[in-house]
Amino acid sequence: MAHFEKANSLNEWMDQRIGLNTLKRVLNTEYWIPKDINFLWAMGMVLAATFGILVISGIFLLMYYKPDTNLAFDSVNYTIMAEVGYGWLWRHIHGIGASLVFLIIYIHMFTGIYYGSYKRGRELIWLSGMGLFVAFSAEAFSGYMLPWGQMSYWAGMVITNLFSGGSLEAYGLVEWIRGDYVPGDAYLTRFFMLHVFLIPLVIIGLIVLHFGTLRLPHVNNQEGAEIDFEEAADLWKAGKRKESKVIPFSPVFLSKDVFVMGVYFILFFYLVFYNFNFAMDPVNFDPADGLKTPAHIYPEWYFLWSYEILRPFSKDVGLIAFGIAQAALFFLPFIDRSPNVAPAHKRGLFKYWFWALIVIMIALTALGKLPPTDPLFATLGLIFAVAFLFMGPILFVITMFEKKIEKGA
Amino acid sequence: MRELKIFAVVVFFSLLTYWLVEPYAHHQMHMKVDKDGKEIVIKSHGFTYDGTDDIAEAERKGDAALVTKKKAFWADVKTVAALKGNAAAGETVFANCIGCHNGANINMGGVIPPNLDHSGAIYDKNYLIALIKDPAMAGNVDHKYADTSLHPMGSIKFTVSDNQQIADVVAYMQEKKAGEVTPKEAFTEACVRCHAVRYTKTTQLGDTPKFKHKKDELAHEIKVIEEQDLVKAYMGNLPPDLSMMIRARGEHFMETFIENPQGQLAGTSMPRVGLNQEGYEKVKEYLTEAGDPSKKAREQLGPWVIGFFVFFTILAFLWKKSMWRDLH
Ligand code: HEC
Ligand code: HEC
Ligand code: HEM
Repeated sequence: MAHFEKANSLNEWMDQRIGLNTLKRVLNTEYWIPKDINFLWAMGMVLAATFGILVISGIFLLMYYKPDTNLAFDSVNYTIMAEVGYGWLWRHIHGIGASLVFLIIYIHMFTGIYYGSYKRGRELIWLSGMGLFVAFSAEAFSGYMLPWGQMSYWAGMVITNLFSGGSLEAYGLVEWIRGDYVPGDAYLTRFFMLHVFLIPLVIIGLIVLHFGTLRLPHVNNQEGAEIDFEEAADLWKAGKRKESKVIPFSPVFLSKDVFVMGVYFILFFYLVFYNFNFAMDPVNFDPADGLKTPAHIYPEWYFLWSYEILRPFSKDVGLIAFGIAQAALFFLPFIDRSPNVAPAHKRGLFKYWFWALIVIMIALTALGKLPPTDPLFATLGLIFAVAFLFMGPILFVITMFEKKIEKGA
Repeated sequence: MRELKIFAVVVFFSLLTYWLVEPYAHHQMHMKVDKDGKEIVIKSHGFTYDGTDDIAEAERKGDAALVTKKKAFWADVKTVAALKGNAAAGETVFANCIGCHNGANINMGGVIPPNLDHSGAIYDKNYLIALIKDPAMAGNVDHKYADTSLHPMGSIKFTVSDNQQIADVVAYMQEKKAGEVTPKEAFTEACVRCHAVRYTKTTQLGDTPKFKHKKDELAHEIKVIEEQDLVKAYMGNLPPDLSMMIRARGEHFMETFIENPQGQLAGTSMPRVGLNQEGYEKVKEYLTEAGDPSKKAREQLGPWVIGFFVFFTILAFLWKKSMWRDLH
């Protein structure tokens, strides 16, 4: 048995038992962040906060939701929206949160790409981040099934159909996933389990991993400068705040995070109260009807770009293209051969590659929703999908020839 | 400042994406085009009826006989509208109506004829004239009938055929069958013969009573199903439950659809209902209460929550300023 002194304060009592002060130091006051960063570096904490909001609002919804094809729609749209006090508020918060989390994830990812934050020691940050992206996608999709509206049903039908593997005709697999020939009760209850238990668990694990992978390489900075963190930290501790290149996460960086979160929450709640249709599709307020196919079936906006990579091709080619597109993002740190960790505007051709990627992703997102019956949209969809597929090889080639930037002192 | 420039770039691309996937994509998805590919703009006429839509539709179909028929019909309506109606004389004509509109809750040719207690208040005058002249033409569902007098109310054009009589009975309704209307009354008279609203426990038979005995409840359920079968036989399919309709369809769709269902859903069996502006507002209020009851609370709470976060952000900004003051 270890020796314990009588503690004089709660803080001390806790410190003796779980090393509270060490924890605070490691996670907060001596977790060093480069000074030369902008608000884009707050997106990670914004994501963490949004995840928290999703969990809390989700718990409230879970108290009244009924995972049964006969009851689900009304338990959401009547019990929660009309009978439970402020049920509508939690639902709107949950819906807006689920949509905005993807906006912020995309901003966060593009920030990583722009500043080259996935290279030279930061590969695992990227890989765990992609793990989070996949987990959030699964979480969003499974959640979208729960209200059992028209879009839940038909988007579920279309997406699970993908698992038939085109000409492989693996309908057995599709039925295994659905637990039935078509989406039904077994399907709903298993997606319910995934949405409220298994996937959130995985997400929490991945967030811990993601934070862990950040610890040794530290976050990048606006110039991609290599920083001697120990030296800079010593300067800070010696009171040379101006000279030091770093700041502690808490309270200095945190104060900025909180300010950025404030701005974000203004937008968030504006959408919750006044502009929610983009996140809560009106079509999903029609109850699921397996006999009535909606005129337009489309996924939520954040899946549109992948959907559009699938759509313009024949069945098999589309599936392969889709698979490649998803996998390619994971391998980004290894496709990028450049020795430089620097912002895109300092990296020659990479700069153009980056903005081309943004344009292609946005174009694909728009075309994923526009009706492909219009020949112009169909052609554009094909062009941008092919362009997206070429972006990988192009990145490989241009970064191979990228000149090493000599960093001044 | 660099940070503001970066912020502007992020905002620009986010808004561009929003505009593309929301307003633009939805416009493209729901756009109606004629056979030359020209866009058909569907807009509301403020709940007045003069046949403009019906004639334009017939013209687009390229059916000259139909165009002539529609034009003649609505010109007739206009003639009657110009007559001065005599409410006292109208009362006797109205006796023709209550044979069917008798409040007995008995299905007639597909639906239960609605209660007319507020018909003068919720329906447009021109529409009422058109309805009595020829219900199928007024509802823009004449394509369903080889002979429009086969409409469940179609025989009216033989019993009340004189223009002055029509003007009189309409004047009577506008004077005596008007007055204050509650949203529930407007909705019941205009929509309930076809549509159920389970969130307000309303079926095609009206309000669902409370039952003491399971047996009575089941008996009522059977009566509802039987009624729905009749409506289904009349309409081709069961009109959808309207509980969540106010959120499932936008404001614009609802307005233009009620004014002229054919414009939004070509070939649909739902007839035009002929509500005037007031009638529509009441129906909308009812549907909002059923399907979007939090609307008021949202509008009340919104400014407070947003105000709180504006305040929070200002404080956070001051904190950040003080923390970062001596860093550079
Ligand atoms: C033969 C029976 C019959 C007679 C007579 C009759 N109605 Fe009707 N009426 C109906 C039926 C049935 C409906 C419902 C039709 C439908 O929904 O398709 C109806 C509907 C209506 C409506 C609602 C229309 C709408 O679009 O919402 C009004 C108003 C109306 N009748 C007025 C009258 C007036 C005024 C008279 C007398 C001049 C009259 N009716 C005579 C059977 C009748
Ligand atoms: C005579 C029967 C009848 C009456 C009266 C009627 N409807 Fe309908 N309604 C229908 C039918 C039938 C459909 C299904 C249309 C279809 O799917 O083609 C429908 C569909 C609808 C829809 C859904 C359209 C869509 O996009 O699927 C709305 C909204 C609607 N009605 C509103 C109303 C309102 C509001 C009223 C009263 C003011 C009303 N209806 C009165 C028969 C009726
Ligand atoms: C909800 C999910 C996520 C959470 C909670 C989260 C959280 C964080 C946090 C707190 C940081 C440090 C602060 C910052 O630089 O913003 C960070 C950094 C990072 N994240 Fe994430 N993240 C998530 C998803 C992702 C995804 C999907 C990716 C990309 C695939 C990703 C890639 C990165 C990278 C590359 C960094 C390092 C940035 C740098 O070094 O400058 N993250 N994340």
